Amino acid sequence: MKRSAILKILLIASYFIFIGVSFLMGFNPGQQIGQNFAVFSVDMLKILPGAFILIGLFEVWVKRETVERHLGEGSGFRGYLWMILLGSTAVGGLYLAFPVAYALYSKGAKLSVIFTYLSAAAICRIPMTIFEASFLGVKFTVIRWLVSLPLVIITSIVLGNYLTRRGYKVEAGE
Amino acid sequence: MYLYIVAGLALLVSLAFSREKTIRSVKIAGRRFIRILPAFLLMIVLISIVLYLIPDEVISRYLGSDNKFTAMALASLLGSATFMPGFITFPLAGILAQKGVAYMVIAAFTTTLMMVGVLTAPIERAYFGLKVTIIRNVIGFFIALAVAIMIGLFFGEIWQ
Repeated sequence: MKRSAILKILLIASYFIFIGVSFLMGFNPGQQIGQNFAVFSVDMLKILPGAFILIGLFEVWVKRETVERHLGEGSGFRGYLWMILLGSTAVGGLYLAFPVAYALYSKGAKLSVIFTYLSAAAICRIPMTIFEASFLGVKFTVIRWLVSLPLVIITSIVLGNYLTRRGYKVEAGE
Repeated sequence: MYLYIVAGLALLVSLAFSREKTIRSVKIAGRRFIRILPAFLLMIVLISIVLYLIPDEVISRYLGSDNKFTAMALASLLGSATFMPGFITFPLAGILAQKGVAYMVIAAFTTTLMMVGVLTAPIERAYFGLKVTIIRNVIGFFIALAVAIMIGLFFGEIWQ
């Protein structure tokens, strides 16, 4: 096993020991951290299985040529628009966008397109946007979209092209 | 919840067309899920600690600082370093706006919250590597600042 992996396991183990001891001794900060852990674990476990089922189905059913044609090299500007649409339907947080981005990438989507997807999933999610507009006003939301989306597409193209030239590859997750 | 309706329907449709392919996709789903699980665990550990260290009251206090530009800088750092679901963020932002916190400060907080993920970095790193994770988040930080400044301009807050 790698040194960093052992270190990670030790850290996580000591975290759980700390939480356990906190509950036994009635140490308040540790108890609160433990409660946060439980709340977020349940939140994640509610979303993750459904999301990964969809990723699995995508992997098996969607043809590589289809993804390449619409999102690959030579897909043109429409690829970015697709990603904004897909990103706006995303659920959960950014944490779920990474496995989806990897699934798209492994089917032949180009880097600039998946970088656009990651940002779109962060900033365009429809339920979140509705929430934002109702608490902060439509003007706020419209300015945010109009400023961020063009910048997202431009920076994704620059970063994607740079990394593609350097022969960069996305990994399958550790 | 609609995620499970969609996933359930998709599974049924898949099953109707091919049993073998459906089993294969569930296997792929399980394998991918298990592979990324350690990174998720690390992320939840980080979130649980940071949420304890930076509760909502601290965020409200810092965002309400007198100097708008100091508050904006603090807001963008807090937004980058924390994690908050939208159904908490925006009600909180709405309350802050009513209290008179500048919209540009709120924008700096909510937009970095969306675009910069220090706490999701363990997962991003597992797929994209450390270097690209850093580059992408730094870019997101500056885009969020650009959004905040434009909000400040259009809401007439910058020149006050």
